[in-house]
Amino acid sequence: MQRAAIKAWFVIHKWTSLVCTLFLLLLCLTGLPLIFAHEIGHLTGADPEVAPAPADAPLRDLDAQVRTALEHFPGNVPLFVGWDPEAPVMYVNTGARVDTPPAQMQTVLLNTLDGQQVPAPQFNEGVMYFLYRLHTDLFMDLPGLLFMGAMGVLFVVAIISGLVLYGPFMRKQRFGTLRTGRNRRLAWLDLHNVLGVVTLGWALVVGLTGAINTLAKPLEQAWQAEQLGEFATRYAGQPRPTRLASLQAAVDAARAAEPAMRPAFVSFPGTGYSGDHHYGVFMQGNTAVTERLYRPVLVDAQSGKVTAQPQLPAYMTVLLLSQPLHFGDYGSLPLKILWALLDLLTIVVLVSGLYLWFKRGSTDTRVNELARAQNAEGA
Amino acid sequence: MSRPRPAAPRSPFIAPAWIAAASLVGLVSALLGDGLFDWVSWAVFSALIALVVRAWIRRDRR
Repeated sequence: MQRAAIKAWFVIHKWTSLVCTLFLLLLCLTGLPLIFAHEIGHLTGADPEVAPAPADAPLRDLDAQVRTALEHFPGNVPLFVGWDPEAPVMYVNTGARVDTPPAQMQTVLLNTLDGQQVPAPQFNEGVMYFLYRLHTDLFMDLPGLLFMGAMGVLFVVAIISGLVLYGPFMRKQRFGTLRTGRNRRLAWLDLHNVLGVVTLGWALVVGLTGAINTLAKPLEQAWQAEQLGEFATRYAGQPRPTRLASLQAAVDAARAAEPAMRPAFVSFPGTGYSGDHHYGVFMQGNTAVTERLYRPVLVDAQSGKVTAQPQLPAYMTVLLLSQPLHFGDYGSLPLKILWALLDLLTIVVLVSGLYLWFKRGSTDTRVNELARAQNAEGA
Repeated sequence: MSRPRPAAPRSPFIAPAWIAAASLVGLVSALLGDGLFDWVSWAVFSALIALVVRAWIRRDRR
């Protein structure tokens, strides 16, 4: 590679890395416990254990479940209901208004068989929620999300430019070279290169899917506008219905429309997931992919009849598949442990990168070092 | 380390290319199914961790 090209890539690597490193360190540190959110929830009781029920056990009527939930938060309206895929537990999210954001929702967990409340802390309180907000939006909602997304994009550019510089530096070295006996800077530089390359594919995907996840809200809004806009004319001028059709009937209708799937969650009208006139019954399959690629069934909230089963647009598919690829929650505990180890290696890449910057010398010195490594005879 | 080294290794990008390709297989596999698909993912990422351990064991302390 020409010296000028090395210099250009070096400058790109330096600045993209420097801008995002502290935020990436925050993301790696807060992300570590979030990988195990499910396990931690079971240990702390945030995610209570309920014994599984026989498959054919009769379930309590859903409208009665919602009424029970609202007794705990009088004056609230129901927003979402959803089911735990592994236990006979459902949640009912409620709020003061239909457009209550998640941070202000009040949630009740209920046994699906008898409607008994399952005692659990609110999902939007406590240490894990604090870490989640630090990880996703720094408590700044959409601006924070988009800022973190931009840091994710810089991280991706830093990885690619780092890989380009790996070429000249390793031209005369074997993969995995770690020279720890010469000087401290060379040891850290070799470590930075080995770990950077080992984590390359994983970090690229986790960085990119993380950046995509920060766009969830705008993408969902675009999907709402595009797909529900079709029905808007049909309901033009009609206010949002105040008396809703039976939720149980709506879910039954959706089940009949998608008999091979099970409902994952239902959005009430006005919550931003199914327009002002529909229940959105989001059906899921039972494989790792179909569990996440929801198939929505829109049920008219007044008549209780199925209006449409819209196909998710491509960008929603990308978003839904970006979630597991970022969270690492789709291959049981061993995958989570490996996810955590790769996260720890990424922290070492970030810290060694910072160290190399502190010990830098001028850009020209570094570029000369790379050019020398490329042209050296032997090792 | 006393083993002789080859004079000029092949392209330095061969190892990163293999690692990136294996990582993609590992990332996608567990998404596609359970059982064997999970094991493929576990094997790929365990191998990446093993590469780090191997590099550390073979580090050049001169």
